[in-house]
Amino acid sequence: MTDATQVPGRKPDGAWAHLLHVLRENPVTMLSFGMFAFFLLQAVFGAMLVPHDPLATNATNALQPPNWTHWFGTDSLGRDVFSRVVVATRLDLTISVLAVAISFVIGSVLGAIAGYWGGWIDAVLNRILDTIMAFPLFVLAMGIVAALGNTIENIIYATALINIPFYARLVRAEVNIRREAGFALAARLSGNSHLCTLAFHIFPNALPPMMVQVSLNMGWAILNAAGLSFIGLGVRPPTPEWGIMVAEGANYIISGHWWVALFPGLWLMLAVFTFNLMGDGLRDIVDPRRRT
Amino acid sequence: MLSIKDFAVSFRTRRGEVEAVRGISLDLATGETLGIVGESGSGKSVTSYALMRILDAGGRIKAGSATFDGRDLAQAAERDMQAIRGREISMIFQNPRAALNPIRKVGHQLEDVLRRHGRATRANARAKAIEALEAVRIRDAEARYDAYPFELSGGMCQRVVFAIALACGPRLLIADEPTTGLDITTQKAVMDLVRDLTRDRGMSSILITHDLGLAAEYCDRLAVMKDGKIVETGPAAALFADPRHPYTRKLVDATPRPGAGLRDLLPVETRTPLADHAPGDRALVQVRDLVKTYPGKSGPVHAVKGISFTIREGQSVGLVGESGCGKSTTSSMLVRLLDRTSGDILFDGFDIAAIPADRFVRDARRSQIQMVFQDATDSLNPRHSARQTIADPILRMSDLRGTALTARIEELATLCGLPLPLLDRFPHQLSGGQKARVGIARAIALDPKFLILDEPTAALDVSIQAVVLNLLADLRARLGMTYLFVSHDLNVVRLLCDHVIVMQGGEIVEQGPAARVMDAPRHLYTRTLLAAAPRPPAAIAPATTSAAE
Repeated sequence: MTDATQVPGRKPDGAWAHLLHVLRENPVTMLSFGMFAFFLLQAVFGAMLVPHDPLATNATNALQPPNWTHWFGTDSLGRDVFSRVVVATRLDLTISVLAVAISFVIGSVLGAIAGYWGGWIDAVLNRILDTIMAFPLFVLAMGIVAALGNTIENIIYATALINIPFYARLVRAEVNIRREAGFALAARLSGNSHLCTLAFHIFPNALPPMMVQVSLNMGWAILNAAGLSFIGLGVRPPTPEWGIMVAEGANYIISGHWWVALFPGLWLMLAVFTFNLMGDGLRDIVDPRRRT
Repeated sequence: MLSIKDFAVSFRTRRGEVEAVRGISLDLATGETLGIVGESGSGKSVTSYALMRILDAGGRIKAGSATFDGRDLAQAAERDMQAIRGREISMIFQNPRAALNPIRKVGHQLEDVLRRHGRATRANARAKAIEALEAVRIRDAEARYDAYPFELSGGMCQRVVFAIALACGPRLLIADEPTTGLDITTQKAVMDLVRDLTRDRGMSSILITHDLGLAAEYCDRLAVMKDGKIVETGPAAALFADPRHPYTRKLVDATPRPGAGLRDLLPVETRTPLADHAPGDRALVQVRDLVKTYPGKSGPVHAVKGISFTIREGQSVGLVGESGCGKSTTSSMLVRLLDRTSGDILFDGFDIAAIPADRFVRDARRSQIQMVFQDATDSLNPRHSARQTIADPILRMSDLRGTALTARIEELATLCGLPLPLLDRFPHQLSGGQKARVGIARAIALDPKFLILDEPTAALDVSIQAVVLNLLADLRARLGMTYLFVSHDLNVVRLLCDHVIVMQGGEIVEQGPAARVMDAPRHLYTRTLLAAAPRPPAAIAPATTSAAE
């Protein structure tokens, strides 16, 4: 029995070593994960660390340009823009993470069922998804929020709904190509029901491409939430939120008070940028085949 | 004509530079056919890719020269290589369907090559392409010109690829595993064609293969490669009669051939006596008038047309036939992954065909009937370690948990010859043979009575195949299992099976004891199959390579 007796001395990479390798291999991934950590810290500790109360107004101090007390300047009501930008991170990330999580779960379930069983379920589901996709998605989200009411939950539901088709289609395709794979048949022989085979054997193999979709989606979700707030739907003033802050600041750009809109816009851009860059790294982390 | 000197090729990888070819030297005379034989990872394909300068990114020719007609291929500019490829040296690949563009007519693909190398003009391209198709003995070439690759069989696709390779009259043909994946009768037809045409045109050729028997039959001279080095070269007959290098000896031993038993495939020092194998008298599986019909666009497709056979307890039955003969459909129905159209499958006297495949999962007999799949890579979940894979059936169908489960997994691994440290690896971190062992361990995890082996060694190297076949024989003796061995390779079936069933077109054309069917085949089709199998020269008496012509 010659082939199996040669066991090389070194052990294959564990999960941590693999994570480190993925980060080291690609500087862009490293950068994006670093920036993600930066945003995460702001979301968790931001409210405790900021120098000023984000809601405290001070009319005498309105529209100050950036200086040592107010790093990003102050807005028309004299609130500290820096504190507001940092504190807003939690709300914006929560909206986008929850929205993406909901669409991930619902899209995965629908897509997996359609891809595995096919037939009329698949046909019906695809037509429903086509219908959703046929609307301009942002307009659809606006309509949902306007109809259901102007709350943060409704922004989350609207953002989740418009993203479901992307997940469902991706999962459907990934599950479909593996439905007849040897390991899926072997799982059936091992006593797995169809549902177990799908959930524990086939679906996890769809995760790597899903991760790319998640990261792109996070970016869209943040933009979407900010966009809804910008046009006055969803988050209401005076809650600090990037979209509202850009909207408020937009009125002052003409008068030369550029900082009011610029800094929240910059944070928004950096957040979207971070999530978009994270995709490839996330995919490599969840794909065991990338380990040596 | 081609002279390779100290040729070395290396690849950049995550673990640093890996040398795939480590300084090989070879000479090829005009009109000669050279066989490069070796197992996967020996560097034989990399050598040919490097000669054509079509290495993957990260690969480079590190040292040495390859002089073809006074030009060094290792140093030639990309521009010159473009002129050489196809016109001077052409290549045919393993998977003919992948080598053809799926959305273009084969005739147009031929024309592309002809016109690119200035062999045809717009006006006469069609005529020349049809001529080229006729040259590779494609019947009705005029009609085939308009066919898309998916409309042609695998053998036909390989002929088209061959026609493209020959279109510009190259002087050297490199064939990289040209018949792997083709049926045995198709393999013979394609290889005979390659031999005849290269001989008629005075071309040289290099045949790269893992099949020593095939190489011996079609090549003048063989070079055996291992780990990027050539360990031995010489005429085929001499290599078989008197292998000098231990690795050549091992390969020659491992090649299934008439007259050799299972243990003869192993290296001499590891041969232990084979346990006696005597099938019982009680019928374990009885198949009666089993029919499978699929609805098709152009009428129903009859995959299996009413077959009947009996497998006795402890017996090993070989199910033989070429692709499309219904053997896979039959085994899928027996293992209850597929519902039959009509007929009975009696297992221990109970008609399991009456239980729908979807509900059989919860049947008590599920653990009694298991299967080892053809492609070990495809049949292991890429996200599960070997341990998780073997544990899956135990977790689903027994109460074993905790330390008892670990102990059982390790017992199974030991039984299948899988070293315990490998249990925590993922499939892509295991070799082909190790993956096959994981697949076997999973299948026998619940002590099944009846094991269906679906070409379990088709994707393995010969030396690994020898080990796995012996492992299966040992397991049969230890666990008293009954086997249905599905295969296209009669030589392999003969080694393991007592009884052989030959299928063609969904029907059983012949069945009987293995020795009788192989030595005195009654049906024409069985005789065709036997004749198509490459016959390695006998190890003792030096036979001539032309014996099979």
